[in-house]
Amino acid sequence: MIGVGKMKQYSNVLDKPLSKGKQEVSLTAFAFLFSELVQYNQTQVDNIAELERRLEDAGYAVGSRVLELLCNREKGNRRETRLLGILSFVHSTVWKVLFGKVADSLEKGTEHEDEYMISEKELLVNRFISIPKDMGTFNCGAFVAGIVKGVLDNAGFPAVVTAHFVPIEGQQRPRTTILIKFAEEVLKREARLSQ
Amino acid sequence: MAAIYSLYIINKSGGLIFYKDCGTKGRMDTNDSLRVASLWHSMHAISQQLSPVNGCSGIELLEADTFDLHCFQSLPGTKFFVVCEPGTPHMESLLRYIYELYTDYVLKNPFYEIEMPIRCELFDINLTQAVQSDRVALLGR
Repeated sequence: MIGVGKMKQYSNVLDKPLSKGKQEVSLTAFAFLFSELVQYNQTQVDNIAELERRLEDAGYAVGSRVLELLCNREKGNRRETRLLGILSFVHSTVWKVLFGKVADSLEKGTEHEDEYMISEKELLVNRFISIPKDMGTFNCGAFVAGIVKGVLDNAGFPAVVTAHFVPIEGQQRPRTTILIKFAEEVLKREARLSQ
Repeated sequence: MAAIYSLYIINKSGGLIFYKDCGTKGRMDTNDSLRVASLWHSMHAISQQLSPVNGCSGIELLEADTFDLHCFQSLPGTKFFVVCEPGTPHMESLLRYIYELYTDYVLKNPFYEIEMPIRCELFDINLTQAVQSDRVALLGR
């Protein structure tokens, strides 16, 4: 019988299960840390493409760790082996752990078979960031693109992942789209598996 | 209806880092707004010295025949001040809210250099929304 509103008493403190702990970190703390990350990398580069690459690399390390953590915690040490499986894993499980919500949308590219897009109206890392006009199409979402790339690469789905601003009609702010272009071998394997 | 004329942000050393016109009245060109900002910075400092008791934090409200000037100084010394029609309510909470926007959209932006003029799109968007008179009334609650 479960005693409602009554804590189970443990004679030994070591028998007590560990509490799940706090699941969220302060957004402000994260925003300042991320801001410093961008500022530091800006001092290390001389062009925007290089800055984008460095942010992506930083995200890649996060992605590979997140994949291992979540496979262990949520999936009972199994990982997804199918294309749609891993995409929905990124779109829902990974997004939920990192940003506290599932991504706004996951779509298949209309022009190319090997392209998929994850779109977010307001990406968490971009919440407080305004890109100066002289930086053109630079998007700090490159960090998130790196995370996605890290997850996909380490799960055996090599892909090129980039972040872009896409203007929406009637809105002042553009949304961010994470474009995923899978390697040829991934699609070949997928075709073989669907037979 | 009470109106806000203009809004200024000045840095620790008295330089104008942000200026916004909010109506048709009281518009100023760049040179004049810079002059007003540094003048206010000095007057604010003098008012602290003038105080007969210790611990004065400077002028908070200046009332004139044709306008009110509300000033808010943050701990690091950045001053926010708003010029408005006499008797406009909720200006203290508006200034506090603008300070909040400044800490969010300016200080957390990696492309902003501290003490330099503010050019942040998100700050502009949110500020424009905040000074709309119906929003100001909401702040007072």
